[in-house]
Amino acid sequence: MAQLTMIQAITNALDNALEKDENTMIFGQDVGLTGGVFRATQGLQAKYGEERVFDTPLAESGIGGLAVGLAFENFRPIPEIQFFGFVFETMDAIVDQMARTRYRTGGTRTMPITIRSPFGGGVHAPESHSDSLEGLMAQTPGIKVVIPSNPYDAKGLLLASIEDNDPVIFLEHMKIYRMSKEEVPEEYYTVPLGKAKVVFEGTDVSVVTYGYMVHEAVKAAKLLQEEGVSVEVIDLRTVSPIDVETIIVSVEKTGRLVVVQEAQRQAGVGAAIMAEIAERKRAILALKSPIGRVSAPDSIYPFMLAENDWLPDAQKIIDKVKEVIHFD
Amino acid sequence: MTDEKNNIIIDFAAHLQSVEENYKMIQILDENGKIVNSDLLPDLSDEQLVQLFKDMLWSRALNDRCTILSRQGRLGFFGPTAGQEASQLASYLAFEKNDFLLPGYRDFPQLVKHGLPLHKAFLWSRGHVEGGQFPENLNAILPQVIIGAQITQAAGVGLGIKKRGKKQVVFTYTGDGGSSQGDFYEGMNFAGAFKAPVVFFVQNNQYAISTHWRKQTAANTLAQKAAAAGIPGVLVDGMDPLAVYAVSKAARDYALAGNGPVLIETYTSRFQPHSLSGDDPKLYRDEASFAEWEAKDPLIRTRIYLTEKGLWDKDQEEDLIKQFDKDILEEVKIADNAPKQKVSQFLELMFEKPTQILKEQIEYYKNKEGD
Repeated sequence: MAQLTMIQAITNALDNALEKDENTMIFGQDVGLTGGVFRATQGLQAKYGEERVFDTPLAESGIGGLAVGLAFENFRPIPEIQFFGFVFETMDAIVDQMARTRYRTGGTRTMPITIRSPFGGGVHAPESHSDSLEGLMAQTPGIKVVIPSNPYDAKGLLLASIEDNDPVIFLEHMKIYRMSKEEVPEEYYTVPLGKAKVVFEGTDVSVVTYGYMVHEAVKAAKLLQEEGVSVEVIDLRTVSPIDVETIIVSVEKTGRLVVVQEAQRQAGVGAAIMAEIAERKRAILALKSPIGRVSAPDSIYPFMLAENDWLPDAQKIIDKVKEVIHFD
Repeated sequence: MTDEKNNIIIDFAAHLQSVEENYKMIQILDENGKIVNSDLLPDLSDEQLVQLFKDMLWSRALNDRCTILSRQGRLGFFGPTAGQEASQLASYLAFEKNDFLLPGYRDFPQLVKHGLPLHKAFLWSRGHVEGGQFPENLNAILPQVIIGAQITQAAGVGLGIKKRGKKQVVFTYTGDGGSSQGDFYEGMNFAGAFKAPVVFFVQNNQYAISTHWRKQTAANTLAQKAAAAGIPGVLVDGMDPLAVYAVSKAARDYALAGNGPVLIETYTSRFQPHSLSGDDPKLYRDEASFAEWEAKDPLIRTRIYLTEKGLWDKDQEEDLIKQFDKDILEEVKIADNAPKQKVSQFLELMFEKPTQILKEQIEYYKNKEGD
C-alpha cells in the first residue's frame, strides 16, 4: 500500500492496465513525452514505449475516430481528452459512433474504449475548461459515465472502466487531483461500475452527490452533526447508469432527500435522480418532505474571478438540508 | 520598401497554379472505348477484365432493382449508384479480401463484393438489426451515415493494422461533400502523421445532394486537399475503370509498402437523385448535363473496349442481367423473412450486461411482447 493522490492513483491504474492487457493503449494530446498537462500518464511512455503510449495531433474528433478505428482492430483504447470542455469537437465519435456500435451491429462489434478527461470548477482554469458536462453525456444511451471522488475509487473505477467491454467516459475532477492522499493498493483491483457508496452514515436526510461535491457534502454532514442533524451522504461514483436502489434504501431510512451537483440546475444528473425517486412508490411514499436540490445556477460557467460565488459548497448544502427538514 | 517590391516577394497566383499543375486528371480509357494512355495500362488478364465488367453490370442491375423496390416502398434509404460503377467496382478490384473497408452509405456494391450477404444490405436499408450483423470474418464496418466520420476511423483501423504488423490495407470512401468535413482533414492528417496504410477515396459525383462541389471549395481539385496533410493525392477519371483500377492498385502497393496513406479523387457522376426519398436533380442540374454525363457511362466505354478486344458479345448481356436480377430477388426474399424486431432486444443491445434501470425496462417490454 502507498499513500497516493488521486492523480497518482490514476497513473498507477493506467500502469496496471498497460501491464495486464497488451491490447490497451493510451493516446491523446501531450500524453506521451510529457505525461499530459496534469501528468496523469507520466512515465508510462518510457515504461511501455511509443507503440502503446503516444501523442496525437491536436484534434479531438480525430482522437475519437482513432479510438473507434483501433477498437475495430480489437485494441482497448484509453484516449485522453485534455479538458472535457473540448469534448464537443468529438461528440460525434462518442455519441454517434462508440455509443451506437454494439446496437448498430446487433451485438457483433463492441467498443471497449475508456475516455479519460479532467473537468470541474474551482481551479481558476481559463474559459471552457471547467464545465460539468456529465449530464450531457449521461443523456446518451450506450455509454457509461464514471466520476470518482477519491484516490482509492479512482483507481478501482478506472480499471473497471478499462475492463468494461462498452464505452466509458471517465471524468476526473481537477480540484481533487492533488487534494489529499490516501491508502491505495499497488496491485490491480476494481471497484464496480454502476454502484453507489454510502460514504457518511446518517438517519435524518440523504444527500446524493458525486465528484468533488462529495467532499463538500461530507463537510456539511460533519457540521450539521454538531447541530444534531444526522446526514447520510451517498457518493454515486457512476452517474450513468445511476444506482437507484442504493438511494431508495437510504431514503427509506431517512425519509428525506437532497441531491447535489456542481453542474447547472437545468436537466442534468440531479434532475434524473429526483425523477427516479419521485416515480417509484417505495421511495416517494418514504419521503416526509419535498426533495431538495443544490446546484450551480443556470448561467454559463462564470468568469474565473467569480467562480467561488457561483459554485455550490458546504454552506449551500447545509442551508438546503435545513430547508428540507423544516419545510413546513 | 516600395509597393512594387512587396508585390514581387511572392507571386501568389503563380504559387497556386504550380500546386494545381500537379493534379491533372488521369485517364486511360476514353469515353469512346479507346486507350489514350497505354503507358499506364494496368496489368489485368482478359478474365479479370471480363469479371470487372460483369461486376459493373451486376452493380447497375442492383441499382435498377433497388430503384424499383424503393418506388414500391420496399426499401428504406437507398442511395443510387448508377454512373459510379467504375469508381466503385474498379477501385474495389485493387483490394484484397483481408483489406479493411470503411464505406459511405452509397458503397454497398463494394461491401457486397467484400463479403456482405446482399440480403443484409436490404435489411440495413429497411432498418432491421440483422442488417448490421456482419459475418465475423468480414473486415468492414457498416456504411457510415455521418459524412466523413469514417475518415478518422480509417486512420484508427490503419494504425491498428500497422501496430499488429499485418499485411493489410484500409480503404475508405466518401463523396465530394465529405471532403468538406473537418473529419476529412483530421483523418488524412492523422493517417499521414502515423504513416498508416490507408487509401482514401473521394468519389466526386459533383453534388453533395444539391450543392455543386465548386461551390464547396476554392480548390481546383479535391485531390489536392491531400497536400495539406503531406500525403499524395491523385485525380482520376472516375468513369474510366482502367484508370481507377491502375491508380487504386498503385496506391494500395504504396500504402502496403509502409509509405503511408494516399488520397484518390474519382471524378464521376451519379445519374440518379441523391436518394429516392424526394431529391429532385432537376432543381440543381440542367437538362444537358444528364446527356453529357450519360455519354461518359463507364459501362458503354468498357463494353466497346472489351468487344473490340473480342472479349465480349452484347448478346450474352441480356441473359446475364436477367440472372443477376433473379439472384438479387432471391436475396430480397431472404430479407422479407427476417423476424419481427423487439424493443426488449434493442435494450439488451445497449451494454454487455444490462444496467439496473435497463433491467426494469427489459422486463416491462418483455411482458408486453409476451415472452
